[in-house]
Amino acid sequence: MGAPVAFAFQDNAEVARRFPDLHPAFDSQQALTEANRCLNCFDAPCAVACPTHIDVPRFIKKIGTRNLMGSALAILDANVLGASCSRVCPVDVLCEGACVMLRSNQQPIAIGRLQRHAMDYFWERGGKLPRKSSRQRTQKIACIGAGPASLACAAELARQGFSVTVLERRALPGGLNTYGVAEYKLRPPDSLREAAMIAELGVEFRFGVSIEQESELEAIEKEYDAIFVGIGLGAMNELRIPGADHPGVVDALEFIARYKTAGDLKVGNNVVVVGAGNTAIDAANAALRLGAAHVTIVYRRTERDMPAFGFEYEHAKQEGVVFEWLAQPVAIHTDAASGRIVSLECVRAGASFHLPCDMLIPAIGQAPHGSLFERSRGPKYFTGGDCVNGGREVVDAVADGKRAALAIAKSFEAAHA
Amino acid sequence: MPEAPLPDLAATFAGGIRSPNPFWLASAPPTNCGEQVMRAFDAGWGGAVWKTIGEPIMNVSSRYSSIDWNGQRMMGLNNIELISDRPIETNLREIAEVKKRYPKHAVIASLMVESTREAWHDMVQRSEDAGADGLELNFGCPHGMSERGMGSAVGQVPEYTEMITGWVKEKARTPVLVKLTPNITDIRQIARAAKRAGADGLSAINTINSITGIDLDTLEPRPNVDGLSSHGGYCGPAVKPIALNMVHQLQNDEASRLPISGIGGIGTWRDAAEFILLGCGTVQVCTAAMHYGYRIVEDMIDGLQNWMREKGFASVEDFRGLSAPKVTDWNRLNLNYKIVARIHEEKCIGCELCYIACWDGAHQCIHLDSAHSNPPAIEAASRARISVTPIPKLDRGVASNGSPTRIPRVDEEECVGCNLCALVCPVENCITMERVDNHLPRKTWEDLVNGNAHS
Repeated sequence: MGAPVAFAFQDNAEVARRFPDLHPAFDSQQALTEANRCLNCFDAPCAVACPTHIDVPRFIKKIGTRNLMGSALAILDANVLGASCSRVCPVDVLCEGACVMLRSNQQPIAIGRLQRHAMDYFWERGGKLPRKSSRQRTQKIACIGAGPASLACAAELARQGFSVTVLERRALPGGLNTYGVAEYKLRPPDSLREAAMIAELGVEFRFGVSIEQESELEAIEKEYDAIFVGIGLGAMNELRIPGADHPGVVDALEFIARYKTAGDLKVGNNVVVVGAGNTAIDAANAALRLGAAHVTIVYRRTERDMPAFGFEYEHAKQEGVVFEWLAQPVAIHTDAASGRIVSLECVRAGASFHLPCDMLIPAIGQAPHGSLFERSRGPKYFTGGDCVNGGREVVDAVADGKRAALAIAKSFEAAHA
Repeated sequence: MPEAPLPDLAATFAGGIRSPNPFWLASAPPTNCGEQVMRAFDAGWGGAVWKTIGEPIMNVSSRYSSIDWNGQRMMGLNNIELISDRPIETNLREIAEVKKRYPKHAVIASLMVESTREAWHDMVQRSEDAGADGLELNFGCPHGMSERGMGSAVGQVPEYTEMITGWVKEKARTPVLVKLTPNITDIRQIARAAKRAGADGLSAINTINSITGIDLDTLEPRPNVDGLSSHGGYCGPAVKPIALNMVHQLQNDEASRLPISGIGGIGTWRDAAEFILLGCGTVQVCTAAMHYGYRIVEDMIDGLQNWMREKGFASVEDFRGLSAPKVTDWNRLNLNYKIVARIHEEKCIGCELCYIACWDGAHQCIHLDSAHSNPPAIEAASRARISVTPIPKLDRGVASNGSPTRIPRVDEEECVGCNLCALVCPVENCITMERVDNHLPRKTWEDLVNGNAHS
């Protein structure tokens, strides 16, 4: 335990060049000035709004006193993925949206960037997450899935002295943090570094473990005292229109994972993204940055009904994404000679029109997982994250995982008594 | 309505030092040489007290250190620089040149020489021959010179102050100001000595002994001179309240009372007005000019004139000392005066700083709600709350996560009217302290002790 861990990942210079940080880091003077602007509210609304209840004024005031290590540990105590959350959280609708500064006509404190400032220092100094107890507990826990919920659950239990094993179907930990977050927000190495910090607590990671059969689940049940199911959502919903099985149709998560982790930067010239959620916007922006000349988002309802956050919508417009509202895709047309996609046919108010298209990216939501995990009920089972909350944010998954860990620890005490 | 004439800022100080306004630069680096003083006069300064003249000294580097506060630079400045390092003749020649070009501005020679009658007589004679409008005796410098029996080594001993002031007065034809050190138990002891010796005015206060801080990497104090430091003289905004109190002490004591040139943390017209309201005839500025340059005097003049016009004061004399009688001894304060905090809900932003300040630092009379009785209970309730990110798709129509503005309420029965909540509140006029009419007559501790309390 405690030995340095690194998850192998080949950084792609081209991706780094095309996806610079959306919000650049503060330098120490900027961070100090911003930290000093914080009023240090009592029972602060930002901390209440945060699903993991990070004590925001506490970590900000520690930046103000230049106790950056203390600041980072205050963040990590509440949210073990504090580094990735500082980059991916929709702060406008969370901590920063709750900042009292907004009520006095001032800019809210840049909580996300300050949090990143503290966490960057933590990494620079080779910070280690301390355990909460030196006692080694006898119980073993399996966390199925290595996404944010499982990582948070595993970290909390490991810090309390339990033996934890994370079982992941893919080759790398982090879940959507590694595979699915827009690159200009969070790069895979940053996500993997966070998982490595958790591995250093003694958490064992097993990759390529796919649990498909009843018997596999039963084996896990036998070996472990508790099982946390943090498997996220299932595959993306398929577009059910003629031509949707064409290889030029790539679902948004697949498209994002390819450029982020598989070195596959291929993109069409005329890209159409179907759907207007946050993932659709991530995919559309990525298509532009990878070199597409035109990227259009097609959404069957109106601008007002759009499921993406307002700030994501604004960002996409700035990047140059074009939006087609009230447009229902009906068919994908290909060129008979080349076999390539040439257009997407849509219907708006009964009239059909064609959008030039050589790559189609459906982003119309993810289905829940199937029946195997519906039976994962019983005293040993705990769950959290997207697979139960329907698909929220990383910070919600972390909060779920942490709460589950506390409940698991409590369940052992109860069993003892 | 016809606009009132521009108020007159001209000052005549200590029986004859005239300047176009009461804003003087204090004896310090901004008045080191003639070229600087002339630029300062061009910028609008009414007078300058020359960097202290005496036998040239050697300085060290570095010389200054400061206190930053919450991101603001130089809330307090500390120096270990000594008096002028230039020859006496050079300083006097430049004084003569400045006076020739700026006859209406005040040039005061600050002096510090060895403690002999001859040395002082000689220095006084030469300064006045050069054209100085007045003399300021530097009995205040707290470092470097004091170890050599000058500066505050004189200013901390009434007998020395009286003796040297007496020698100067034997010779001087221009007004003599004694600059007082605050590094003494009772500043009035020295002022009385100066007055006994015939001083025409006082300059107060000089810098306060200080160590500004220690570098937490090297463990070396600041300002760092080859790994060591020395106590220095502290000035700047941080010292203003101390200076105001000392100015008032001097004004309030018959045996000390002389015209005062106020010094200590003055950087704006507002600061200057406060010193004048306590009785100062002129004010001296150093730190603010060192921070931002001579240009700050423009707003000092403009701001003071605008305020005077608003208040109906035609000249500085019209308001000089008006607040001095309003400072009294505690035992003459009205014990029956009652105020309470009132929170104006429409301005409250919900930071709850008043709440925690009242609970931890005052009298536990501001409350958030009745269910949770104290700060730990309120925090625990918030931590136990399950918050989720509002997702448009999942939470359509559901109110957002942001907690409602939590407006604290004041238990007016319990409120002691201490002001703390209003002081910590970040929103102007959100918490006001309002008088409660308790129908009780004015009653002071003095009344109680003397038995003449009203029934």
